[in-house]
Amino acid sequence: MGALLSFFVVIVLVLIALVGVKGAGLYVLFGTIIPYAAVATFILGVILRVIKWSRSPVPFHIPTTCGQEKSLPWIKYNKLESPAGTLGVIGRMALEVLLFRSLFRNLKTELREGPKLVYGSNKWLWLAGLAFHWSFLIVLIRHLRFFTHPVPEFVNIIDSLDGFLQIGSPHLLMTGVVLLLAVTYLFLRRVFIPQVRYISLPADYLPLFLIIGIATSGILMRYFYKVDIIKVKELTLGLATFSPEVPAGIGAVFYVHLFLISSLFAYFPFSKLMHMGGVFLSPTRNLANNSRMKRHVNPWNYPVKVHTYEEYEEEFREKMKNAGIPVEKE
Amino acid sequence: MYDAGKILIGLIIFLAFATFPFYSNMGKAVAKPDPKIDTPVIQQLEVKKCVESKEFMRAEHMQLLNEWRDAALRRGERVYKGSDGRTFQISFQNQCLRCHSNKKKFCDECHSYAAVKPYCWDCHFAPKEAKR
Repeated sequence: MGALLSFFVVIVLVLIALVGVKGAGLYVLFGTIIPYAAVATFILGVILRVIKWSRSPVPFHIPTTCGQEKSLPWIKYNKLESPAGTLGVIGRMALEVLLFRSLFRNLKTELREGPKLVYGSNKWLWLAGLAFHWSFLIVLIRHLRFFTHPVPEFVNIIDSLDGFLQIGSPHLLMTGVVLLLAVTYLFLRRVFIPQVRYISLPADYLPLFLIIGIATSGILMRYFYKVDIIKVKELTLGLATFSPEVPAGIGAVFYVHLFLISSLFAYFPFSKLMHMGGVFLSPTRNLANNSRMKRHVNPWNYPVKVHTYEEYEEEFREKMKNAGIPVEKE
Repeated sequence: MYDAGKILIGLIIFLAFATFPFYSNMGKAVAKPDPKIDTPVIQQLEVKKCVESKEFMRAEHMQLLNEWRDAALRRGERVYKGSDGRTFQISFQNQCLRCHSNKKKFCDECHSYAAVKPYCWDCHFAPKEAKR
């Protein structure tokens, strides 16, 4: 059900772009206003969301560890799996953000006859997730050639590395294919693994369908229903230099592509996609395992009213003396 | 706000990435590409028409060149039949570049604007252009 709902949302978005451009001729709306609004929503939304998060304290010191903690000097400790200082935490976070190290430990659990609970290696999600995120990043960087002039050299290098197989003309860019395959795997996984399907919501499917739509329209535009790339760059560069113009004669596929991306950008701060910022703020990952060296004070703690023994004795000294209870001060 | 310093550094890094296209273009004037087809050979032609229509060539020239390369060099076919029935010798050097001898003002004009680097010139000589 969730998948169908999300699928129809994306179909409706495609139709809105098609009708808006082909039917109503709202080129300025779809070529300029919506992209600007989407990017503004994205940047402001992400900042506000992160600031909102930063206002919640971390009450407990809860790093998850899977290595020897730093203790006595002659016990070798695991700097990455149980970091004791900032440097270790940075290394651990880098592995987490760049290589999804904790997902690498993903296991599959099966109940076999007996009944016996069996755990097994399951790296497919890690592999597809890594392929998906990295190719998406490279695709994003490659698109800088539409938003900069002169195009920075690193973009040209990435583009030529991406197309180094030199298949066809315009040359095939590998990351586009990998991105589409990986995101398709991420979708099929939600459909075919019953446990994952059970917990999947429309909000899980919508980004997948949006990205499938974006990748498909981009691939269509590059290899099959070509649009006038020079006019596209005039439009996109106009957006980047704040002198927007919408040249006539760009194919409708481009506006579908642009509208789906705008939707993704605008949706970003309100969705699970905020894991982009959230991964940096996971207390189980970004805290050093140093709770035996440094006291972590809960920021919620308020000053507790205490009544010390000295104060108690001060209050009841006479009564204590009369009852024959020994006192410390006479 | 807790850990304000770290949060702000993170947000500044995010902004630096997210707004890269906006600040990296600041103060740069960009001339739109204006490819020229005014070579001497083209000016002498009676019917100024490429092997296919202008629209087709604009969108599909790279694919056509790729097909010509495969036909001529891999299959030895040297004749191309256009969609309007005319036939042409398949040759980049003797057919395409005979008219479009102005690589800088014809090919490079758009290619450098869109940051496209075709590998034609890995094998072919670029036409000699009169220095102006």
